[in-house]
This record gives sequence, structure tokens and C-alpha cells, in this order.
Amino acid sequence: MGLKNFFLKKSLWVFHFAGASCNNCDIEILDILTPRYDVERFGVQLVGSPRHADVILVSGSINQRDKPRLLEVYNQTSKPVFVVAFGACGCTGGVFAEGNTFAGPVDQIVPVDAYIPGCPPKPEAMISGLSKLMQTIS
Amino acid sequence: MAETLFYFLVYPGLLFAGVVGGLLSWFDRKVTAQVQFRKGPPLLQPFYDFLKLLLVKETILPARGAKITFLIAPVLGLFGATTAASFILLPMFNINIGFEGDVMVIFYLLTIPSLMYIIGALASGNPLASVGASREIKLIVSYELTFLLFFAAVILKADQAMRMSQIIQIQAQATPFIGSISGVLLLIVGLFCTQAKLGMVPFDIAEAETEISEGSFIEYSGTVYAMVKLTKYIMLFILPALMVAFLMSGFNLEGTGIVWAILKVLAVVLLLTLIRNTNPRLKVKQAMRFFLIGMNALVIIAIVLTYLGL
Repeated sequence: MGLKNFFLKKSLWVFHFAGASCNNCDIEILDILTPRYDVERFGVQLVGSPRHADVILVSGSINQRDKPRLLEVYNQTSKPVFVVAFGACGCTGGVFAEGNTFAGPVDQIVPVDAYIPGCPPKPEAMISGLSKLMQTIS
Repeated sequence: MAETLFYFLVYPGLLFAGVVGGLLSWFDRKVTAQVQFRKGPPLLQPFYDFLKLLLVKETILPARGAKITFLIAPVLGLFGATTAASFILLPMFNINIGFEGDVMVIFYLLTIPSLMYIIGALASGNPLASVGASREIKLIVSYELTFLLFFAAVILKADQAMRMSQIIQIQAQATPFIGSISGVLLLIVGLFCTQAKLGMVPFDIAEAETEISEGSFIEYSGTVYAMVKLTKYIMLFILPALMVAFLMSGFNLEGTGIVWAILKVLAVVLLLTLIRNTNPRLKVKQAMRFFLIGMNALVIIAIVLTYLGL
């Protein structure tokens, strides 16, 4: 198992699921691919299809409409897959938590492996979150 | 029999071509990162990706698709790429001299991976995959004639020798073909055809990640996607190797010749990477016009120049 986890840890491909996000988190995610932060150093890549994903990065609050879609994306990924709740809205619901369309924070819908809080989280926080996720795989 | 299997599976076939292709894939990604002022992935990254897909990830079959065709297509594509690799690399490494007309066999074997991507994409039953497949078909229609004319021009330059080892030998005795005007034109044409065959950026129409999310490969996961990756690594090695054999007098593996051989392949891959990094994706129509009018005109000029002895 050790070797398998090593390969998985070394090449995490991220699929970005944007819920009812205000787009600030989505813009910040692009920052970690830029020259200054460059997560490709750790083998992290953004992929376009959930079939190739090892990590689902969920940003934004999840409302009634997003809930079945998030479940569908989660079921369509090839396992093992990790879920990262991203930003204040992803972790707890943030300012939307009392809205009447709110369908619960991400961890009540799918199992979450890591939380990255912030509104939006700084790129350093994202890299720290991803590296902590890598440390848990072993 | 055992010897043939060794050639096919270990050296210079599957294992060798796969490992070298993986290293070239790292080179491609590293140069891309350097162009964008990033640091880039570690040396063994392509192998981590491949082994993760092969060993760790689950393979999902599409619910509404032809499952057996979906699974067999990447295996056949890998088979085509590996066979092409052994036919190209055996004469280049001086292991045997091939057979009369093996150049044409290589031409047909090189189209097998693209055809298998199309069949696999259509078998998956995903609408985005079929968009990708139809784009790949249009791309093949546009570049394949140019690629065939490129082969014809090289054969003409080599006094109509239809054998890989003869083409390399003629260049080794006289000057390499790239030392003439027609040779330079042929290098340009060959590079763009290689770019299209590899699905690199100006011609990554079929797998356009941001438009149709990886197009043809959208449904592939786990072990079968690892096969696709391995096919891509092998193609990234053998197509530049083919350019080196056809225009730059192949490999000379004695003494310092090895360094030159490595530098030649790296130079071709570097040119491909720089084209990839400085161009946006074309539309299908633009790509077809580029090959059918522009590149065909260039290769015909090269053939005429060859007749004139330039």
C-alpha cells in the first residue's frame, strides 16, 4: 500500500467544482498556478473531467440546486478521491448559511478530507492545505 | 521469436520508448514552466502520473456505451504506437536493416493511435467525446495528405529509397537533408504535422481542455487512461526520432555520437514545445486551411526544389 499511496501523493489532479460561489475563491484558485506559487512543483494539475480527478475542490456555498450536482460529480469520479472544502462558504456556509436555499455545508453532503478556510483563502493557505492533505496520504 | 518479442516489448519497443518518452514529456513540461517563469514538475513526474493511473485509480465504464470497444481501443492504440516505435528505432539503432518499403508501413502505423482515440471516444457515448472525435477526424483529414507528401519528398531526396536504413545511410555518406533549402522547408512541414499528430497546442482541437474538457479522453479513467498516457509518451519520442532519421541523418551511437543523438531529439522536442507555448488554439476551419493550403503548398515547393537539386 505504501508505494500506491506514494504515487497518489506525488500526482494529485484537481477538479474544481464551483457551487454558488461569489467567484472570489475561483479567481484565487488560479493564483496557485501562477509563477509565484506554482503548484505543478508538487505534481498538482487542474483537470477538466471528474473522471481524471484525485481531488475535488469545492468552493462556494452549496444550495438546493448544487446538491444533486455535487453528489453526481462525486459519484462519477474514479476512487480513491479526496474532497477539499474551500473558503468560508465551502467550510461552513459563510454568510449564506441562514439563507432559505442553503443545502448544508459540503461535509454534510460528501465526506470532506481537508478544509481551507478564508474569504477567500490566501494562496499560501491553499498550498499549506494541499501539503497537509498530501501528508495525510500515507 | 523470443528475439522479436524482446525487440517489441523491451528494447527498443514498449519499455525503452515509454521511458524515454516519459523523460521527454518531463522535458516538455519543464520547458513550458521555464517559459512561463515557473519552476516546473520534478524529473519523475510523468512516471508518477502513469503509475498512479495504472495502479491506484479505479477504472469506470460508461453506462451507455460500447464497453468492450471502449476498453480495447487504447490497447490497440498502444500496440500501434509500439509497433511503429520498433520499426522506426530498429534501423536507427543499427540493430537490423528493416525491409523494403518499411517507410510506408511506418506511415500507416503512425495513424493507428489517432484512429483508436476516435473509436474509443465514439464508444464512450459521451456527447463531448463525440465532439472531440469529430474534430480529430477533421484534423486527420487535413494533416494526413501533408504528412504523406512529406514522406514522398523525403523518399525523393533519398534517390527513391523506400527503406529507413537506406535513407539514413544516404544522409550519413553525403550531407544531412536539412543542409539544403528543400530540407529546411520539409523540417517546417514535418514539425507542424508532428504537432498535429501529438495534439499539441495550436492543434489540440480534439482535446481542448477548457472548451470540451479533454474531449476524446473525457470518459477514460484509471488503467485505460494510463494506456492513453503511455501511447502519448511513446508518440512524443518516436515522431521527433522520425524527424531526426528523415532530415538529420539519424543516430550515430559510437563514442560522442550518443550525445549528438540526444541533442538532436531534444532540439526537435524543444522546437515543438516553443511552438506550443507561443500559439493559441486554432479553430478546426483554420487548422484545415493551414494544412490543406499553406503546408501543402510548402511541401510541393520542397518537392519541386528537390527535382531542381536544391
